[in-house]
Amino acid sequence: MDYSPHTDEQVAQMLQTIGVSSIEELLANIPSEVRCRSFTLPTGLSEAEVLSACESLASPNRSLRELASFLGFGAYPHLIPTVVDALASRGEWLTPYTPYQAEASQGTLQLIYEFQTLICELMQMEVANASLYDGASSLAEAVLLALRTSGRPRILVSEAVHPHARQAIATYLQGFPAIIQELPHTNGVTDLEALAAASKDDVAAVLMQQPNVFGCLEPMEQAGQLAHRVGALFVASVYPISLGLLKPPGAYGADIAVAEGRCLGSPVAYGGPGLGLFATSQALLRKVPGRLVGCTVDQAQRRAFTLTLQTREQQIRREKATSNICTNEGWLCVRAAIFLSLLGPQGFRELAELNLQHAHALSERLRELPFVEPVFDQPFFNEFVVRYTDGVRARDVNRKLLKAGLLGGLALRPWYPALGESALWCVTEAASREQMDHVVKTLKTVA
Amino acid sequence: MMSDTEPLIFERSVPGRRSYRLPPPDVSARTVQDLIPEEHLRHEPPPLPEVDELGVVRHFTRLSQRNFSVDTQFYPLGSCTMKYNPKLNDRIASWSRFAHMHPLQPESTVQGLLRLLYELEQSLCQITGMFAFTLQPAAGAQGELTGLKIIRAYHAPRPRPRSGGQTRTTILIPDSAHGTNPASAALSGFRVVELRSGPNGMVDLGELKQNLSDHVAALMITNPNTLGLFEKEIHAITTLCHEHGALVYMDGANMNALLGIVRPGDMGIDLLQLNLHKTFSTPHGGGGPGAGPVGVSRRLADFLPVPRVKKTGTRFAWDERAKHTIGRVHGFYGNVGVLVRAYVYIRTLGKEGLERVSRMAILNANYLKARLSETFEVPFDDHCLHEFVASLKNLKSFGVDARDVAKRLLDYDFYAPTIYFPLLVEEAFMVEPTETESKETLDAFADALIRIVEEAKTSPELVKRAPQSTAVNRVDEVRAARELDLRWTPSNQLVSA
Repeated sequence: MDYSPHTDEQVAQMLQTIGVSSIEELLANIPSEVRCRSFTLPTGLSEAEVLSACESLASPNRSLRELASFLGFGAYPHLIPTVVDALASRGEWLTPYTPYQAEASQGTLQLIYEFQTLICELMQMEVANASLYDGASSLAEAVLLALRTSGRPRILVSEAVHPHARQAIATYLQGFPAIIQELPHTNGVTDLEALAAASKDDVAAVLMQQPNVFGCLEPMEQAGQLAHRVGALFVASVYPISLGLLKPPGAYGADIAVAEGRCLGSPVAYGGPGLGLFATSQALLRKVPGRLVGCTVDQAQRRAFTLTLQTREQQIRREKATSNICTNEGWLCVRAAIFLSLLGPQGFRELAELNLQHAHALSERLRELPFVEPVFDQPFFNEFVVRYTDGVRARDVNRKLLKAGLLGGLALRPWYPALGESALWCVTEAASREQMDHVVKTLKTVA
Repeated sequence: MMSDTEPLIFERSVPGRRSYRLPPPDVSARTVQDLIPEEHLRHEPPPLPEVDELGVVRHFTRLSQRNFSVDTQFYPLGSCTMKYNPKLNDRIASWSRFAHMHPLQPESTVQGLLRLLYELEQSLCQITGMFAFTLQPAAGAQGELTGLKIIRAYHAPRPRPRSGGQTRTTILIPDSAHGTNPASAALSGFRVVELRSGPNGMVDLGELKQNLSDHVAALMITNPNTLGLFEKEIHAITTLCHEHGALVYMDGANMNALLGIVRPGDMGIDLLQLNLHKTFSTPHGGGGPGAGPVGVSRRLADFLPVPRVKKTGTRFAWDERAKHTIGRVHGFYGNVGVLVRAYVYIRTLGKEGLERVSRMAILNANYLKARLSETFEVPFDDHCLHEFVASLKNLKSFGVDARDVAKRLLDYDFYAPTIYFPLLVEEAFMVEPTETESKETLDAFADALIRIVEEAKTSPELVKRAPQSTAVNRVDEVRAARELDLRWTPSNQLVSA
């Protein structure tokens, strides 16, 4: 079926008004040599048939509602209040475009203004935009901003920044005369001596992640000082949920703070859509990529909202724009704004604390197992790395856990071969005591 | 009746008020200070608003009512393809076994979803005639960026025919192109050369010839172009580019005109992005998320981003290896939630349904153009495809411009067309009705525009003061840019009437 409403009679009337006898006549300008000869697609289906076809695609999958997950690594399953889905699924949120006509888009515009404020408060930063695609591309945009602003060629990025984000940066920088230099980690955190040694006056930005890819807490304040000493921008990639407890980027002098914001009220959705959060200091305001909403008044002096500073953007500046971004992740901003409003300051702090407590509880119990040892001696938030000893392999551990309906910690070998048989475990508030008991009980049968 | 303003969520805040309750900790708790050193701790929780659940529900419901949307109004925004977004697609995308899946869970537990992604790639190949697709780009502009990185990588190891070593550094872009095209090219480290359109609004072959050289990496072309016209010389254009060793990138934002009518791959296009949130009906969400899959010809397949979904026998798996891959542009696999919706759409419509989509979209655009032929001048007038661009310059003698007409339409309960784009039409008014609108809606819209033009002649002030029936009237954009206020602080006072 299709969603076109015309009856045959109406089609005939419309053709008559146009002054042609067939739709084919309207296609006369398309040369016959490029007309479509054939293509193969299954025939259309009724709603019931589509549901049944999609059910058969869904049935081999096992969701995070069926498996107890201890996977993180940039994608964190969190509880989503019912109100978020109920409100965000309204057509008025789902089906408008980017709010170009301000007077007919005050809902979206006010929401984005509230969203910008909420993100500023979360990050303790001065400016936040209306979102970018995801955490990885936000970090890449931060790098582009730093290169553009400083005129310097070198980017220092910690190896403890998520490898996918580092790969995205490398892709974004193809074609630019930039140098990406990776900083090693020592005992799970970025080696500050290496950072100090690499900090020269050709450095545009220093990139760190908090908590880092191993879940460990980085010495952000010292790193930021080292970056600033040589006039480089300090860029922090953070995990929004952790900011209920952890020092925000603004408090340790980050010039740019980015994050994957999907954890704020949106499902993991197999990694996408994400929600790229992007916040800066006031000094960088006019260099910010993406949309910004400002508060102003209408002719009756009533409070009103509109897209502003559009002269930074591609639709005006074309090849001189601060970024090529057009569509962002608006609907996830809606979800994040509702989520943060429901949690409030106390709820948000409790949420972070639940993550902290759950992760530490499981970490302690795993360490009691004879073949499990900690890898890093560092404070952590809700992720931690363990190593399996006695010849136990991470893959085998996870195979065993999967049979019991559990998704064990991520085997890190593909990304960090030097860590050997190590696994990154993540425990959020969504994991229950029973699930942790189940993990420990199952692991006891491994070796 | 809609009230004048809705307070900010922060203004609804009362200290100590709570809504969502978390489960109690069921592990033996240690103190936070015990687990995290003081230097890492935040002293005060972030100052989020403190609102009860009903307060949150009312606030965001009332805010939503201050929006126009496809679900509530006709939304003829040119180049944006604001068609109906089927509810069925949202329903299926929200199923746990699609929405609540971890990107790193074992492939054995994701076979159905991987099959869906694989079949979506195959369908897009069929629809466009391209050889292979990546689903990773999160939006049209990121698709363009991906395409340009592929172009760069493709040319990188090849020396120019006459002078050694240096790679091709220029991208040719017609002046009618969307702003993302030059922005994406610049972001990929290319130099942009703009091609002047010919007198018929299309790419001028002479101008193209003059600018083609062994410095040119690619031509970026939009077809149908932003005037809604099919580039008739497309075959000559692609042939010419290929003769000069340049690739041809097509901005597929206007694919809603071509389904089952033209396949870009058949006309020599080397690569293109599709905007699934346009042609394939996924909701725009007030500005995203979208999805911008990139399709390429056979010779470019090895350059696509990784990972790619591969089928071996009956099993599906992610493959990180590709000989010349440009790497990754997204944290994981792209906007899967959007991809599921597009897949459902394609299954629902099938081959015949998709063929009908473009034909009905073209019928609707031409019908509206015909209904308005006495009212507006349409430069480059010819049968259009899915959209058309009128010029409202004749109204200027009454002191009324395209912006005024757009705002007045809001009073008639229609969202406004795209205005002042493309740049080569003075007082441009770009209308894309899409195939899902009924004749009754199109007639009502045409009637409203005819009436507004009358108003412009007889009582221009009415049009210039519009809108008056919306949540707010004309917004002071100059003040917004001059007195920047991008976030609320407790000292911000509510401006009263």
